[in-house]
Amino acid sequence: MIWQQFLSLAGSYPLALRGLGMTVVLSLISLVLGTLLGFGLGILRTGGNRLISSVIGAWVDLIRGTPFLVQIFLIFFILPEFGIELDAFTAGIIALTNLAACFICEIVAAGIRSVPTGQVEAALASGLSRWQRMRQVVLPQAMRIVLPPLVGQYVLLIKDSSVVSAIGLTDLTRVGWLVVQRVPNGLLVFFLVGVGYFIVCYPLIMLARRLERRMGAAHGEVQL
Amino acid sequence: MLENFSFRTIVEYLPLFGQGLVTTVWLSALSFVGALVVGIVLCAMNLQRGWLFRAPAKAYIDAVRATPLLAQLYFLYFGLPRLGFVLPELVVGILALSLNSGAYIAEIIRAGILSIPRGQVEASVASGMTYVQRMRLVVLPQAFKVTIPPLLGQAIVLVKDSALLSLISVAELTRAGQLLASDRFMPAEGFVTIAAFYLLLYYCLKGLAVVSSRWLGSAGARA
Repeated sequence: MIWQQFLSLAGSYPLALRGLGMTVVLSLISLVLGTLLGFGLGILRTGGNRLISSVIGAWVDLIRGTPFLVQIFLIFFILPEFGIELDAFTAGIIALTNLAACFICEIVAAGIRSVPTGQVEAALASGLSRWQRMRQVVLPQAMRIVLPPLVGQYVLLIKDSSVVSAIGLTDLTRVGWLVVQRVPNGLLVFFLVGVGYFIVCYPLIMLARRLERRMGAAHGEVQL
Repeated sequence: MLENFSFRTIVEYLPLFGQGLVTTVWLSALSFVGALVVGIVLCAMNLQRGWLFRAPAKAYIDAVRATPLLAQLYFLYFGLPRLGFVLPELVVGILALSLNSGAYIAEIIRAGILSIPRGQVEASVASGMTYVQRMRLVVLPQAFKVTIPPLLGQAIVLVKDSALLSLISVAELTRAGQLLASDRFMPAEGFVTIAAFYLLLYYCLKGLAVVSSRWLGSAGARA
């Protein structure tokens, strides 16, 4: 009985692989774009310009205050009304990138704020330019605070990518949904879907924990 | 463009949105209570010395944290009938949210309890307190203070996560927006309105977090 279902499930493994591939590609693209955008926004947020900072803050609040599903629907169904035609994949990438950027912005901003002002003042006194100050003094120290939650955010991003199945992208979750229509064993099918996500996410969770321990330890070291 | 954005239709559908909002609020509240129960049980198991209780709790927490809520929701939705439990979608949804958030809450509570300095526990052992006294009088009151802000954060996440229940056709807020989008073909009106309602809930919970942290902060200063 179970064995028969395993056999019929084995037939849909190319589909499952494609779904897993889609999940990984979606997450990877939006992870890279979101990290770049998030660092940019985070630096601007702490950059001293009140207007820019509060506009970014308001946008981040808007994104953090609404469900990701609603954001996807808004992007997928409303941008076309502004004359921007989107396929589901692009809409998914935009939504995920935006989400990641907003959360990473806050993480980076918190990291930058944690760097003592004396450091910035010293860099200023040494005649470093704005860019040098950020790149050589502030960011390297902020990374210690930023890195563990950043990796945690990547895990959230991979998990959130499952929501794009709602607009019809064939990612891993959608594959499970398709297969379960044919092989009516939800427990088995979604257990396997879960295993797929677990394989991708668990190493990252372990990495986040390790970073947390290591960075925590580094924090306790003697600081000059 | 959105020059024909119809506020009139939104007003017309307002009762539907109201019902959706009420459903979202109470099902989130119920799920949060469920999640607290799940979280406390898991945390208690996780803090035991023997592996007999610890291992399953750890495995459960890791499994939940490494898989998306949507997959867990479908697991229960398509899987439970297979085991002979034919439950209404709403119940499946609340169950999924409780089981999911419970794993996160277990970690929040654990962090709170572990934040109590070891010396305090040793001091209370030295004063001859029993386990229950130690927990009730020393550890939990202090852990409580540390856990409230992240618990409220988890409540915000839970409210947002509850939007996924619309995908198994629970008649909550997001479902109301979908109905307007599909009945009248007005996705802008539908989804902008529900986004506004979710923001309302978000700011309420965020305000609560600010108030509570101020209150807990002053309580801490007094102690």
